[in-house]
Amino acid sequence: MSDTVLATRGLHMAFGGLMVFDHLDFSLKQGERHAIIGPNGAGKTTFVSLITGLLRPVSGDVLLDGRVITRDPPQARVKAGIVRTFQINSLFKALNPLESVVLALCERDGRARPALRAVARESALIGEARGLLEQFGLGADALTPTQTLAYGRQRLLEIALAMALKPRVLLLDEPAAGLSTRQGHEVFEQLLRLSAGVTILFIEHDMGLVFRYADQVSVFAGGAIIVQDTPDNVRVNPRVREVYLGA
Amino acid sequence: MSAVPEWFAGKARWSGFEIAFWCALAGAYFLPNIDIALLSQIFIWGLFAMSLDLLLGYRGIASLGHAAFFGAGAYCAGFLGKYGWGEPVSGLLISMLPAAALGWLTGKLVQRVSGVALLMVTLGLNLILFDFVQRSTALTGGDDGLQGIAVDPLLGLFRFDIFGRTAYWYSLGALFALFVFLRAFVHSPFGLALTGSRENARRMIMLGSPVEGDISIVFAVSAAAAAAAGALLTQTTQFVSPATLSFQRSADVLVMLIIGGAGRLYGGLIGALIFLVMKDWLAALSPVYWYFWIGLLLVLVVSFFRKGVLPSLETGMRGLIARLGKARGGGPPA
Repeated sequence: MSDTVLATRGLHMAFGGLMVFDHLDFSLKQGERHAIIGPNGAGKTTFVSLITGLLRPVSGDVLLDGRVITRDPPQARVKAGIVRTFQINSLFKALNPLESVVLALCERDGRARPALRAVARESALIGEARGLLEQFGLGADALTPTQTLAYGRQRLLEIALAMALKPRVLLLDEPAAGLSTRQGHEVFEQLLRLSAGVTILFIEHDMGLVFRYADQVSVFAGGAIIVQDTPDNVRVNPRVREVYLGA
Repeated sequence: MSAVPEWFAGKARWSGFEIAFWCALAGAYFLPNIDIALLSQIFIWGLFAMSLDLLLGYRGIASLGHAAFFGAGAYCAGFLGKYGWGEPVSGLLISMLPAAALGWLTGKLVQRVSGVALLMVTLGLNLILFDFVQRSTALTGGDDGLQGIAVDPLLGLFRFDIFGRTAYWYSLGALFALFVFLRAFVHSPFGLALTGSRENARRMIMLGSPVEGDISIVFAVSAAAAAAAGALLTQTTQFVSPATLSFQRSADVLVMLIIGGAGRLYGGLIGALIFLVMKDWLAALSPVYWYFWIGLLLVLVVSFFRKGVLPSLETGMRGLIARLGKARGGGPPA
């Protein structure tokens, strides 16, 4: 539990004149289930986007296994094992789950560029996609166009697409957003069952989920990480109660 | 609906409709009083519209300047014929290369733009090329067009006759060959990746997909197919003029694709058929005002069919089959 997989060093981010955070140092250890909590506007999603490369910081660095990846394009980071999901479902509406997952697998294995061999001939990947959909309980929905799937099913597909890439570090932006408490627990149970060995960083608002599934918690507020500790210690930390839990 | 393991194979399989469609195109030649010159035009425009479909229907990139690639192919075939390379099939293939390079560069240029900016960039490139060809009178003959293009007999056997018989089979053959190629292209993992980028480019990036590089590839392939259509026009008419590069042509091909329906390759062909048959018929009634009716058709199709004629027909057919299945007491066919 001591090897740092992912870290940020002096990360500074601003949109125009609006400072999001100032000199943020953070590290994520191998195998951790690390939750990020904090009030709205604390920069949690921005932080995830900086790690995945969808945004570039003003200054500071992002490191993977001690190597600086701040200037790497997002695709290179995905290939290196940093994979994310989105707070608002970011799916392929006109494709069905089978097509979506096969697409993810083709990209993972670099099989999408030689262009004239039919997808149908990728039987190993199609088999893998079916297996993955079954694991996520999406087997019966494999051929239903994504846009007509129930919201909870889309939420699972969002995670299944990320898991298809065999991530080393999985960043989940509010995986339970829009779900009932019961559905939220189901998503987390399924996720943790299927992600042995994957280091997970997740943003979550539901404290029940955070305290149940995280083994480390970082509290973002006012452009800084004010506390980073175990869930039990965070729960009783007076500063956290003050800025976030509001008690 | 096919079962899960067969999903991709089912999509890639040739349907009875498709086979019947191509047999009908070949068989049309033997009908009495058929206008084979018009049909050859439909094949060439259909191929052109199909090339645009790759870009618009599959990748979701609109181009208002697709005639640039058509014209590049047309002039390339013209120069080959004028300066001694009369063999048509190799000439056709060679004519696709400069346009592919031009398409690849266009793709590089438009990778980071979208929406109206994309339309303006493609339109701008089209206008630049048009003006260049029109002004370079020494090279291209300017407005008078390129004269003295010689094309050898097809396969050394069939001369391009004034009745357009050879032109018919040559255009149909080229259309079919390129269709088979494009069909394989869109049913490949790369075709799936293009559709993914059309649906959600941001997620494709997060799957590690080289979204921007793919734009260059699809532009190059689309441009090459458009150039093949241009080269066919030059070879079958032994003439090429700046009209092959006109903005009007770029607009017409877009209209054909929208009327027929984007995103299924056949839409372009159906659109070309509707557009050119209507034009032929309307121009006979009223030689000046036929665009009025094309405009009306476009407005009606976009307002009421939304996705074009072919997709609406498909949906209608599927609904009908489902209803017939229910009426017989069974479910929809498995």
